[in-house]
Amino acid sequence: MEKIDRRYIFLAILLLVLVPLLVPIGLPIRVSREVQSGYDAVAEIPDGSTAYFAADYDPATMPELHPMALAALDQLFSKNCKVIGACLWPAGPPLLEDALRRIGEERYGKKYGVDFVNLGYKPGNEVAMVSVGRSIRATFPTDFYGTPVESLEVMRGAASLTDMAILVNISAGYPGTKEWVQQVQSRYHVTMVAGCTAVSTPEYYPYFQSGQLSGLIGGMAGAAEYEKLVGKLGTATRGMDAQSLGHLAIIAFIVLGNVLYFATKKKAP
Amino acid sequence: MKKEVPLLITAIFGSFMVIDYFVPHPSVSAVGETLQQWAIIVISFSYVLGVANIARVNGEKISKRSRDWPFAIPLLMGLAFMLGVGIFGGIGERTLFNDFFLYAYTPMSGTMFSLLAFFIASAAFRSFRVRTLEAGLLAVAAVIVMLGRVPVGAEIWDKLPGIADWINNVPQMAAKRAILIGAALGAISTGLKIILGLERNYLGGE
Amino acid sequence: MQSAKPIVLLAVFLLLPACVHVLTVGAQEAAPAPTAQAEGQVRWFDLNRLNIALVVAVFFILVLVFIRQAGKGASFFIRKIAGLDAIEEAIGRATEMGKPVLYVPGIDDVNNIQTIYSMVILGNVAKLVARYETPLIVPVCRAFVVPLAEETVKQGYLDSGHPEAYNPNNIRYLSDEQFAFTAGVDGIMLREKPAANLFLGSFFAESLVLAETGFSTGAIQIAGTANIHQLPFFVVACDYTLIGEEFFAATAYLSKEAKLVGTLKGSDWMKIFLIVALVVGAVLETFGVTAFTRWFTVQ
Repeated sequence: MEKIDRRYIFLAILLLVLVPLLVPIGLPIRVSREVQSGYDAVAEIPDGSTAYFAADYDPATMPELHPMALAALDQLFSKNCKVIGACLWPAGPPLLEDALRRIGEERYGKKYGVDFVNLGYKPGNEVAMVSVGRSIRATFPTDFYGTPVESLEVMRGAASLTDMAILVNISAGYPGTKEWVQQVQSRYHVTMVAGCTAVSTPEYYPYFQSGQLSGLIGGMAGAAEYEKLVGKLGTATRGMDAQSLGHLAIIAFIVLGNVLYFATKKKAP
Repeated sequence: MKKEVPLLITAIFGSFMVIDYFVPHPSVSAVGETLQQWAIIVISFSYVLGVANIARVNGEKISKRSRDWPFAIPLLMGLAFMLGVGIFGGIGERTLFNDFFLYAYTPMSGTMFSLLAFFIASAAFRSFRVRTLEAGLLAVAAVIVMLGRVPVGAEIWDKLPGIADWINNVPQMAAKRAILIGAALGAISTGLKIILGLERNYLGGE
Repeated sequence: MQSAKPIVLLAVFLLLPACVHVLTVGAQEAAPAPTAQAEGQVRWFDLNRLNIALVVAVFFILVLVFIRQAGKGASFFIRKIAGLDAIEEAIGRATEMGKPVLYVPGIDDVNNIQTIYSMVILGNVAKLVARYETPLIVPVCRAFVVPLAEETVKQGYLDSGHPEAYNPNNIRYLSDEQFAFTAGVDGIMLREKPAANLFLGSFFAESLVLAETGFSTGAIQIAGTANIHQLPFFVVACDYTLIGEEFFAATAYLSKEAKLVGTLKGSDWMKIFLIVALVVGAVLETFGVTAFTRWFTVQ
């Protein structure tokens, strides 16, 4: 059984993921409590308030995390919120820029520097987080384009994280949700909603249960649920059929592996 | 001296950062903030170290014609190219750097991540054996959670998402918290050992 | 003198907040309520965090008591950890096959305790590898870890009496980018075919990609991480996995140094303390008494 070429398994997975992407089935999406809470937390902040958007992910996790970033930004901009975006992952700023421009500028006609800003990347991980908690301007003296942040209208009244109505964190790992909760949320008690990869979601459940996270968007499934709540169906919703079939395939492989294992065991003397 | 000075710095600053958490006095916060700014600056310089290491290891590989040396050439060229276009052409929207980032690096990186789907399937096929009762329970729980987390689960049985949530929130969480508490205690005691200088291997030679 | 140093540091560590607490309690008693404190009033101790301070203090005291006992010659039992025993076996196998050992210290920076601890284990691995005269390849994901890894491995070779065998080109910085690094390590595994892969440190989504590639090359694989969400992947794809705190027990286990084993004993007692607190809290909550659990709430 061990001799079965695993490339057959790879081929099966490829087909089961690819086909529903090309020919969607349109399975209905059910919204989970964690995602609904996240949506409600954003909905409850006053219209026109300022949100800190921590985009801590990179191109590798873009297919999984970018859709939830777009959906969360859509909800924020629909409430006329100002968005201060920043990254603690070096490859994050271009992705954040893409999300802010696509949703803020193109969909809602918001202006860079007035309604939203991309502060770019800052090294230092937890150190940078705590620093943002104390002073955003001291941590990010200039934005992604090198413009001094004092000159930007969106930064007026946004001295530190305590001035933010909400902290939205899209996280692919370290530094990410866990560190924002431990270093910033627990210190400054800011309302926080997190979106993360499916694989790391179970790790953050305790923070959602304890109330430190007001919402938790897990993986592509969470993103699809958020898209449904926002009412703008995107790539995550399209990916759910593929994910459904992918899960079914893995279950089938577990069953097949066991059948073959017991069959081989019986034959053995 | 080569070890004592770093150990002293570790002890002082490590202790200070702990104290900073408990003492809200502005003078302590101000020092804490300054230390954090220093740390950010020092960490920024690490990229120079990284580039130096890449240049040295791969440069030597090419000059000595070591095994697989031709691969080192595109690596160094890629490094120089991205550095060059970033420094001279900028990194904002509609720049060459951004184009390469979005249309070359992003899909390559996403491809590496997507390998997970294939590897999870092959690992499940190879390793998920129902040899014991516990393994059987694990398999049943895995199937329920996998189905409950995707739309097809609710189509098969509308109770599946609820059961999957319960598995996630109760037994899964209980086990995970136990491991988490153990790991956190291990991390704290390791931190203490480092601050006290009991663990010092990582500092290298005398 | 050596044993006095930790005690002096502990005194600084614990007594400062404690003294501050004594001072602030006096000040607070005079005030009507904490919420009534005037804005900007100087506070030397955050009373909302008193619970954390006390629990941490109890833990530190336990650890230091056991370190002191160990220093006086007390011996402590330490259970068998198969994954750590297997490290020497894996290096021996690599030596027999004439192939290198691959050590991946995670993908986190030096400010993560797991990375620092991985360097401590790397020092032990380097000593063993040097003794067997087997090449050791250490791919590094964070530039800041490079000098640490270089120094650690160099020292390991020096301690084993084989400084000439140290090859700085085997400490390789690949990329700060998670999956560029993963691709680089996969490449090393496929080209150089190490016979033993040690994944010890902080890992994320790359864990299964690395471990499955290592499996395909037939290497013996040992993993250890405190990132619990990655443990299932390592468990299915590696021969041995160090789970959570087992990872942090490595140097005590490998060196059997009394003081380090003493810290494990302190952790065990702390665990008992927490289990008792959990049981008491659960019982009290069941009967509607919430004060105890509320005291543990982090504010």
